[in-house]
Amino acid sequence: MSQSSRKKLLLMGRSGSGKSSMRSIIFSNYSAFDTRRLGATIDVEHSHLRFLGNMTLNLWDCGGQDVFMENYFTAQKDHIFKMVQVLIHVFDVESKLINKDIEIFVKALTNLQKFSPDAKIFVLLHKMDLVQLDKRDELFHIMMDKLQKISNPFHFKLVGFPTSIWDESLYKAWSQIVCSLIPNMNLFNSNLLKFNEVLDAEEIILFEKTTFLVISSTASIQRQSQAQGSHLSNGSLDALDPKRFEKISNIIKTYKQSLGKLRSNFQNLVIRGSNGLHFYVDFLTDNLFIMIVLRDRGTDKSHRHALEDLLILENVKAARKWFEKIEAGK
Amino acid sequence: MEQQQQLQTAPDSSNATILLMGLRRGGKSSICKVVFHNMQPLDTLYLESTSKPTSEQFLSLIDLSVMELPGQLNYFEPSYDSERLFSSVGALVYVIDSQDEYLNALTNLSTIIEYAHRVNPKIHIEVLIHKIDGLSEDYRIDAQRDIMQRTGDELLDLGLEGVQVSFYLTSIFDHSIYEAFSRIVQKLVPELPSLENMLDNLVAHSSIDKVFLFDVNSKIYVATDSSPVDIQTYEVCAEFIDITIDLDDLYVENDAKSDQQVVKDEIKSISYLSNGLVLYKQMIRGLALVALIRNDEDNGPGQSESNMDELLTIIDYNVGRFKKSLMKMWESSKFRPASNTGGEV
Repeated sequence: MSQSSRKKLLLMGRSGSGKSSMRSIIFSNYSAFDTRRLGATIDVEHSHLRFLGNMTLNLWDCGGQDVFMENYFTAQKDHIFKMVQVLIHVFDVESKLINKDIEIFVKALTNLQKFSPDAKIFVLLHKMDLVQLDKRDELFHIMMDKLQKISNPFHFKLVGFPTSIWDESLYKAWSQIVCSLIPNMNLFNSNLLKFNEVLDAEEIILFEKTTFLVISSTASIQRQSQAQGSHLSNGSLDALDPKRFEKISNIIKTYKQSLGKLRSNFQNLVIRGSNGLHFYVDFLTDNLFIMIVLRDRGTDKSHRHALEDLLILENVKAARKWFEKIEAGK
Repeated sequence: MEQQQQLQTAPDSSNATILLMGLRRGGKSSICKVVFHNMQPLDTLYLESTSKPTSEQFLSLIDLSVMELPGQLNYFEPSYDSERLFSSVGALVYVIDSQDEYLNALTNLSTIIEYAHRVNPKIHIEVLIHKIDGLSEDYRIDAQRDIMQRTGDELLDLGLEGVQVSFYLTSIFDHSIYEAFSRIVQKLVPELPSLENMLDNLVAHSSIDKVFLFDVNSKIYVATDSSPVDIQTYEVCAEFIDITIDLDDLYVENDAKSDQQVVKDEIKSISYLSNGLVLYKQMIRGLALVALIRNDEDNGPGQSESNMDELLTIIDYNVGRFKKSLMKMWESSKFRPASNTGGEV
């Protein structure tokens, strides 16, 4: 098992497209503002990230200047493109040399097909914040159609995301990328549903602890099963903000950072909301955070007290051992 | 105080006014946008030059209006009724761009002070030494000393050495601007001493480390207990408000968002930290109480938890008492209690 839990991710794209900024925000707690300080990446920067305890992500941040690029596709190609699980190719939407960007993308695909034909390909159209709001969708679709056409001969299925470091889109993209690497995803999902039956919550979301990427949530599981044709009751969730997961990631990450100023760590958070909803954010395992959203079903508001909160937190404690088992891969 | 008389006589026109002045491109509009409209500091680069006086209504503990004057205005044209303007103002905030040559600004400042002081001797003069984010630490101190020195000299030449001028180092890229505005607004709150007293009482009886009474929309604190304000504690508390409200807003269904008539429960949130907890509780009129409770005692893990629970119950009760007295204070000061959670009109 230990072999398969090392995942190699290639992060590629032309220089200045924002690869290292992404890496710093998602994995090193930089704020978007801090990324201005990052210089050019020289050759390949490796980072090893423990994710969900037993999974190691080897992120190869490949510097995108032409000198290095040439080198990757010639002298180092077997070293770079061997055993790749995921290629994340970043395109700068402001780039003037689209053809050159695509040329490099094609070269990368050619090498991947040769050395790791099973790799998953993710395309990020980055710096979307520089495009007018009403033009973003159109631009994204044109670009994705074009790239999909190009990659068809290589038999790769592309998954694309519009991203920007100034909003939640970056978290959304990386959540999906990382989730595609988790082997026992189904176990997480089924246990989450069981836990939800116990609590009868509006929604439960699981986050990875260090990056705060969304691993799984009851809403997304329901959506998947609906797509497969089964009918689960899905009440008010459709009316909610579809970007809420990324926003929550962002909010809580900011909070964790701000607590650093008090030289203190986050343990849990309980909010009694303004419209009868209660929020609980707590540790689930050493690598997971859980967020539970409950609706207040009591008609009599005077009957709310701290006991209820303690009950929920006790439930979370009881759920811990199950999720710890899943993480350990048993 | 003049405000006080106004407050008691005419509750409708009880707006304490803050006048925001300074030379053009000093950063006045950016300050307004960042503090009162939650604009991102970086976005203020694209603000247009202000062409006519604009006014912000800001309903909180006191009803406040912030009036921003364009920098290139000549206040002493006969057509402009500046006399009436200055006589109705509680505080005059003058913004100086510290990254620019400020000699002109200082001359302008002393002219304005002279005039304002003649019209309304009770006016608070506040000077923001602004845009210090671009200066190194040593240079900030130098700039502040230089500006204070020169202003003092100018006022001495005009025979106005009795005028109290307060200086603040500010930047919109950190919390210093909120801190400065908090102090400015506090000077205009007539009930401040009793509020602080109440907060001190709360702190003394609930083992609280620090407590703030925040205006939720602008992150300005209208009162705090008498222990010194540590800017980092302030920042964490201000961010905690954001976190609570943002999370709460995410789960408001879209169709309910437009409907303002829904009676909302008060929000309350608690967050445990490794060495204590943060507590947030909604009060009246868009105010919220945020307290930081330390728990540095090293007992066993189980023991400290039960201690915390006891402590929380006591704090809950005390905060409830505090809220009741705040409401009482309110009724007596003849304000119409606002049932909504405050905000911009």
